[in-house]
Amino acid sequence: MVRLEKRPSPSAFWQWATPVLAVILTMIAGGIMFAILGKNPVEAIRTIFWDPLFNEQFAAYSRPQLLVKAGPLILIAVGLSLGFRAGIWNIGAEGQYIMGAICGAAVGLALYPLETRWVFPLMVAAGIFGGWLWAMIPAILKTRFNTNEILVSLLLVYVAQNILASMSIGLLRNPEGGGFPGSRNMSQIPAMANPELIPGTGLHWGVIMAFVVVIAAYILLQRHILGYHIKLAGQAPRAARFAGVSPNRLVVLCMGLSGALAGMAGLFEVTGPSGQISIDFNVGYGFTAIIVAFLGRLNPIGILLAGLLMALTYIGGELASFMLGLPSAAIQAFQGMLLFFLLAVDLLTNFRIRFGTRKEAL
Amino acid sequence: MTGTPTTTAPRPELLAVQGVTKAYPGVVANSDVSFSIAEGEVHALLGENGAGKSTLVKMIYGLVKPDSGQMRFRGQPYQPSEPKAARASGVAMVFQHFSLFEALSVAENVALGMENPPPMRELSGRIKSVSEAYGLPLDPGRMVGDLSAGERQRVEIIRCLLQNPKLLIMDEPTSVLTPQEVDILFTTLRKLASEGTAILYISHKLEEIRALCDEATILRRGKVVATCTPRDRSAREMAELMVGATLTPPARAALPKGDTALEVTGLSVNSPIPFGMSLKDVNFRVARGEVLGIAGVAGNGQDELLLALSGELRTEPGAVKINGKPMGATGPNARRAAGLVAAPEERLGHAAAPDMTLVENALLSGVVRKSLVKNGFIDWAATGRFAAEIVKDFDVRTPGTHVAARALSGGNLQKFVVGRELSQTPSVIVINQPTWGVDAAAAASIRQAILDRAAEGAAVVVISQDLDELLEIADMFAALNTGRLTKPRPVEGLTIDEIGLMMGGAHGMEVAHVGH
Repeated sequence: MVRLEKRPSPSAFWQWATPVLAVILTMIAGGIMFAILGKNPVEAIRTIFWDPLFNEQFAAYSRPQLLVKAGPLILIAVGLSLGFRAGIWNIGAEGQYIMGAICGAAVGLALYPLETRWVFPLMVAAGIFGGWLWAMIPAILKTRFNTNEILVSLLLVYVAQNILASMSIGLLRNPEGGGFPGSRNMSQIPAMANPELIPGTGLHWGVIMAFVVVIAAYILLQRHILGYHIKLAGQAPRAARFAGVSPNRLVVLCMGLSGALAGMAGLFEVTGPSGQISIDFNVGYGFTAIIVAFLGRLNPIGILLAGLLMALTYIGGELASFMLGLPSAAIQAFQGMLLFFLLAVDLLTNFRIRFGTRKEAL
Repeated sequence: MTGTPTTTAPRPELLAVQGVTKAYPGVVANSDVSFSIAEGEVHALLGENGAGKSTLVKMIYGLVKPDSGQMRFRGQPYQPSEPKAARASGVAMVFQHFSLFEALSVAENVALGMENPPPMRELSGRIKSVSEAYGLPLDPGRMVGDLSAGERQRVEIIRCLLQNPKLLIMDEPTSVLTPQEVDILFTTLRKLASEGTAILYISHKLEEIRALCDEATILRRGKVVATCTPRDRSAREMAELMVGATLTPPARAALPKGDTALEVTGLSVNSPIPFGMSLKDVNFRVARGEVLGIAGVAGNGQDELLLALSGELRTEPGAVKINGKPMGATGPNARRAAGLVAAPEERLGHAAAPDMTLVENALLSGVVRKSLVKNGFIDWAATGRFAAEIVKDFDVRTPGTHVAARALSGGNLQKFVVGRELSQTPSVIVINQPTWGVDAAAAASIRQAILDRAAEGAAVVVISQDLDELLEIADMFAALNTGRLTKPRPVEGLTIDEIGLMMGGAHGMEVAHVGH
């Protein structure tokens, strides 16, 4: 018989080994799924994990994509992880990401054709503000009326998507675009563009900010009293109140921070890789970042690695569906498996598995 | 009070435990334990926390399997594989912590614990008849959430009695009762014993054991160190057998009283806890160097009073004055800055975060008075020194300061939590249940530390369910009863009956009608 035995304290080894184990299990289960779909599992796994970086034919295109895709994921996930650690569940980063992009782009487009170097920083500030504001709605509803921030933030994603649709065919539509939906292409306008800083790397301002935020969050959690309060509130809410932490203040702070970072990510995306406000410029980074946050153990350094890994499965998945004709649903299932296995093997951090028939209670 | 009928003829043996041993990784909980209980005998199992009492009764109740040794029940080999088997043989147990649903009625709670509950109407009738027969009146239709602790215990006892047990195990049953309620319980237990039901009574309260029990088995570090007839021994003799050392009661110097350090005026506040008790017009003042003891049965507003004093629950500014300053509307850290420290009852989850290290937990409440944060950044080196200082000064047994709080035993964590508060040179100390679950030696050192702080001029409020503890360390005595605090009175000259009445008497319960 298999039993679970609680460890006296969380295992440091498994805390870091579980993500690796989860990736391996995902490869095995995903391989089986690909085999059932009639594809060569080894080839499929190799196409997803290896080819985007090292295949001579594709790497030149797909390697820069790694940072382009990982940047917003990391930026959003770090913000979410702070809230998740405090037990504040912002599920609506996608909406904050969209609203950040809209607000930032709106400021830039309103100033068009002004050509000064203050336009872009102003747009970044507006993007941060937009995301923050959108996150304040669930935060204030929670603190004032005790609503559930999971539901409110999630539902606001759909509101944001509708605003985005309306903006791209209405207010922000490119007046010189011949009536097509979508704004001006901001990546083509020097004052607004978020360019690739070193050609061939995919490195843009958003990626740099992602690295900065990772380091800042690491310091916050390790050395700052606010980071301590965030951890305390998540682990032992009553102890946090005893320590003088105001739960409401923490909700406003964590929601605001994650919203601001999501908004910033949206602005960098819309002025860089995507270039314009369009109905579908967002590709679900806000939702995927939730997976990234947990895959990275809600730890900034872990999130950095998890963001890169997730970006890799995105790029590799596209490559696999293109090269091997894998349905995109199979790729999504594959990514879902990753989160599933991660949460499942997470158990090993706090429990150890015992084989045997001894039955007892301490 | 009537004594148990003493019979000269030896009563037939009911349960015999022979050479039972049980080891857990790193600790031997029971080592070669033997004792026996006769039918109708009230047998005490006496020992400090961690002496192995719980493991032993868990083996008898089928929750734990012994590594070696045998048990016999009514002459037959007895090896219950699970509590269900133990109950089928006629063994029932009332646990220290009740397993009742507050939002369900008495009858529904009883039905939940039965294998094949009869229809609700029939069950209610049986509950009524059994409860009246044993002098434990209980309305089967009442919501458990509305019952006092003593009444909740009755639900547990009646749940057991409906099985007609041959052996009833009671784990620390009086820790939640007023002295009057204890009397009622003892009358019931004596009646049960006179009808032939054996009772295995676990406690560390020696006077109770002397009043109730026929025989006592004393455990120390998992071994039987003595058996005795409690009536023939003094409480002090038994305590020394239990601890294995001579006990010295805490010493204190008579002090001149100082100025008022803590003043509570007209404190009324709604409980934030579901089924909690709101505080109603609580008034008291504590001077520097004075210890106010607040007694009361659990659930009469103790938790709420601690929250209102620590600052976790805000009130009118004037309701709580610290060193003359109105602080009722301020939070915990402002009150710490003003000199008040507090230690809540619940160690894990309230006073300490279970998964955080001792260093991180030292920061939890030490941040203000120990200046552990500069410009928002934590001084981990200073925090580590503070944690090490607590561990050293309060003899916290731990492999180091970097272990998680939940890895510590209850007593050691309590020493750490109390030590953390007392090490902050406070002028006002509020402690809820300072020695709950702590062994006698550690409890004595905690009490001594509290008295030392009082001698240094701190005003102390100790909220406790342990009357002996309060009478030992307090200068003034008050009791919480349904959210109201009685007027504090000097401890000197108080009788146990007066104390019982201050605690609410028998909470409207009737004394058992025992017919002989």
